[in-house]
Amino acid sequence: MPESLQNLQGPYFGEYGGRYVPEALVAALDELDAEYRKAVADPAFAAELNELHRSYSGRPSIITEVPRFAQHAGGARIILKREDLNHTGSHKINNVLGQALLTKRLGKKRVIAETGAGQHGVATATAAALFDLECVVYMGEEDTRRQALNVARMRLLGAEVISVTAGTRTLKDAINEAMRDWVTNVDTTNYVFGTAAGPHPFPTMVRDFQRIIGVEARQQVLDLAGRLPDVVAACVGGGSNAIGIFDAFLDDAGVRLVGFEAGGDGFETGRHASSITGGMAGVLHGARSYLLQDEDGQTKDSHSISAGLDYPGVGPEHSFLADIKRAEYFPITDSEAMEALRLLCRTEGIIPAIESAHALAGAIKLGLEAQAAGRTDELILVNLSGRGDKDVGTAARWFDLVDADADLSEEGADA
Amino acid sequence: MSATARRIDELKAEGRAALIGYLPIGFPTLAQSIEAARTLIESGADILELGIPYSDPVMDGPTIQSAVNVALDGGTRVRDVFTVIEAVAGLGAPVLVMTYFNPVLRYGVDAFARDLAAAGGAGLITPDLIPDEGAEWITAADARDLDKVFLVAPSSTPQRLALTAAASRGFVYAASTMGVTGERATVGAGAEQLVAATRAAGAARVCVGLGVSRPEQAAEVGRYADGVIVGSAFVKPLLGDGPFADRLAAMSAVAQGLAAGVRSARTGAGQTA
Repeated sequence: MPESLQNLQGPYFGEYGGRYVPEALVAALDELDAEYRKAVADPAFAAELNELHRSYSGRPSIITEVPRFAQHAGGARIILKREDLNHTGSHKINNVLGQALLTKRLGKKRVIAETGAGQHGVATATAAALFDLECVVYMGEEDTRRQALNVARMRLLGAEVISVTAGTRTLKDAINEAMRDWVTNVDTTNYVFGTAAGPHPFPTMVRDFQRIIGVEARQQVLDLAGRLPDVVAACVGGGSNAIGIFDAFLDDAGVRLVGFEAGGDGFETGRHASSITGGMAGVLHGARSYLLQDEDGQTKDSHSISAGLDYPGVGPEHSFLADIKRAEYFPITDSEAMEALRLLCRTEGIIPAIESAHALAGAIKLGLEAQAAGRTDELILVNLSGRGDKDVGTAARWFDLVDADADLSEEGADA
Repeated sequence: MSATARRIDELKAEGRAALIGYLPIGFPTLAQSIEAARTLIESGADILELGIPYSDPVMDGPTIQSAVNVALDGGTRVRDVFTVIEAVAGLGAPVLVMTYFNPVLRYGVDAFARDLAAAGGAGLITPDLIPDEGAEWITAADARDLDKVFLVAPSSTPQRLALTAAASRGFVYAASTMGVTGERATVGAGAEQLVAATRAAGAARVCVGLGVSRPEQAAEVGRYADGVIVGSAFVKPLLGDGPFADRLAAMSAVAQGLAAGVRSARTGAGQTA
C-alpha cells in the first residue's frame, strides 16, 4: 500500500488499469505519456492551463450551500461544488483544455472524442475551436436522439459529429468507433478521451486534469465551515468528476468518499449502469476494471436515463478504491435522480444535469442515514458536475411538463 | 514444435507462403460456420483462424462486425469454439483461435488454454493483448505448448518488435497498415518493411494481415511474408441473403483465387527465403 493514495501515477491501480489495446496504439500512448510527463514538469504548461481556467472557463468554480434542499436530507448541511457554472456547463472542460494544450505540444492538428450526453463532445468541440484543431466527435445514434441539442452545439462550434450505429448505439460503441479512427489516423490525430478510464495514461492524466475540483473545494469548504466535510459525494459513470473531487480528500481518513452509479430502472431489475455495484472485473476499452458483462465476457447493455452515466465500465482507480474500501459506491435509480433534480430546481433555483442529480439523490440518502444515526451536524459536499439545460427535454417528458402534442425542439432538431 | 510453425516451414520448403483464413464461429449459424470452415480448408486455406464473436471488436471493420453481430444474436457462446475446433481439427490445417481478451479472461485463462488444447486447437491470436499485459496467458499457453500469436504494427518500435517476437510462438502477426480489418485497394506499402524489421528483431515467422482480399495482393504479400492472413474477403460473400450453398460457393471461389495467388508469388524466382 502506498503511503499516500493521492496522485497515483498508474499504469496500474492495484490489479486494475494497464493497457489492453492493439499494438498499433502503443506507440501513440507512449508518445502521449511522455509528452504529458514533460508538460507536468514544465511550469509554462501549468501557467497556460491556469490562465485558461481563469480567463476562459471561469475558475475557480464557487461552492454554494443549499439549506432549503438540505431540509429534505435530515438536517445535514449540504454544499455544492458548482462545476455546472464552468464554460460549456460541466467539469468536462477542465480535462479538455489540458488535453488540447497537449495536442498542440504533440504537433497534431486533429482531435477525436467520444461523447455520451454530449458534454464532453461540446467541451472538445469548444477547445478545438479555440485552438484551431479539426474535431470529430463520435456519438451513439441513441444519444444523438436523446441529446439532439448538443449535436447542434457541436456542429455550431465547427465539429463533425458522427452518429454511431454499431452495437447498442450509445457511449460504449462511440468509444469503439473512436478507437478505430485513432488506430487508423494516429499519426495526425490525438484522442481526447473524456473520462478517467481507458488505457494508460488516460486514467491518470484525466484524473490529474480534474483534480482541481477537489483541490479548490477542499479549501473552500474549510474556509466556509472551518472543517473538512464528513462526506464527499459524486456521480460515477466513467468516473472523471468523482475522481476529480475525491483525489484531494483521499488522504483525509475522516472524510467518507461516496460514488453514486446509475441504477436505471432499479438495480434488482438488471437494467442499470452500476459497474462497481453489479459488475465483475474484466477488460473493456483498454483497461482492467469492473464492468457489466455476461458469463461469456460479453459487455452487457447498460441502462440509465442519463446518457452521461449510461456506460457499462468505470475507471480503474475507482475499482481500486472500491476494493480497498477507501471509497464506496451505490446505485441511484432514474426516479430517485429525477426527484432530486426537481427538488434542487424548486428549493434552490438550480437546474442540475441528470448525471449530477444522482449525486444529489445520494446526498439526501446520506443525510437521512446520518439523522437516523443521531448525527445532527453532518456536512456533505456534493460535486454538481454539470448543469441541466441539456436535460430539459427529458425532464419535460418525465414530469409531463408540456402539452402532449408539443414539439420538444430537442427531438426535432436533429431528425 | 508448434504445428503452425511446422506447417509454415513445410510450405516455405515448397517455395510459398501459407494462406491463413479467418472465419467467425456461429456465423451464419454454428453448424454453417463448421461447414464454412471445412470448405475454406478444402478450398486452399493452409491454416484456419476461428474468431470468437465479441461485443466490442475494436480492431474489426464493418464486414466482420456485421458477421459477429449475427453470431451473437444467434446465441453463439464462447465454449462453442471448442465444438468447431473438434469438427475441423483433423482436416490437415492447424486451427488457431482469434479472440479479444475479455472472453478468455471471463472463461478463466488457464481453463481456456486447457480446453483449447483438449479440443485440438493450436493457440490464440490476441488482437487486444500485448505481451506486456499477457503474463497469465503466456504462462497458460507455455504449459500446454500452445501458440501465442501477438501482433506488430507499422508504428511498433524496434524494442517492441523484439519484445513481441520473443513472446510469440507459431508466428508474429504483422498488421499491414494502421487500421482495422477490412478489404483495401492496396496493401500497406510499409508491410514488406515491417516484415523485414520483425525478422531482424528475432521473429522466425512473420505473417501479414489486414486488407488482403485479392489474388494479386496475396501474391504480392506472399513474395516476402511467411503467411497471408485473409478475413473480411471470406466473410463478405457469406453475408449475403441468398441460399447458403451459393454463398459458400462464392467464398470457396475467393479462397481458390487467393490460394492460387500465394502459389504464384515465388514462381520462377526459386528462392525460399
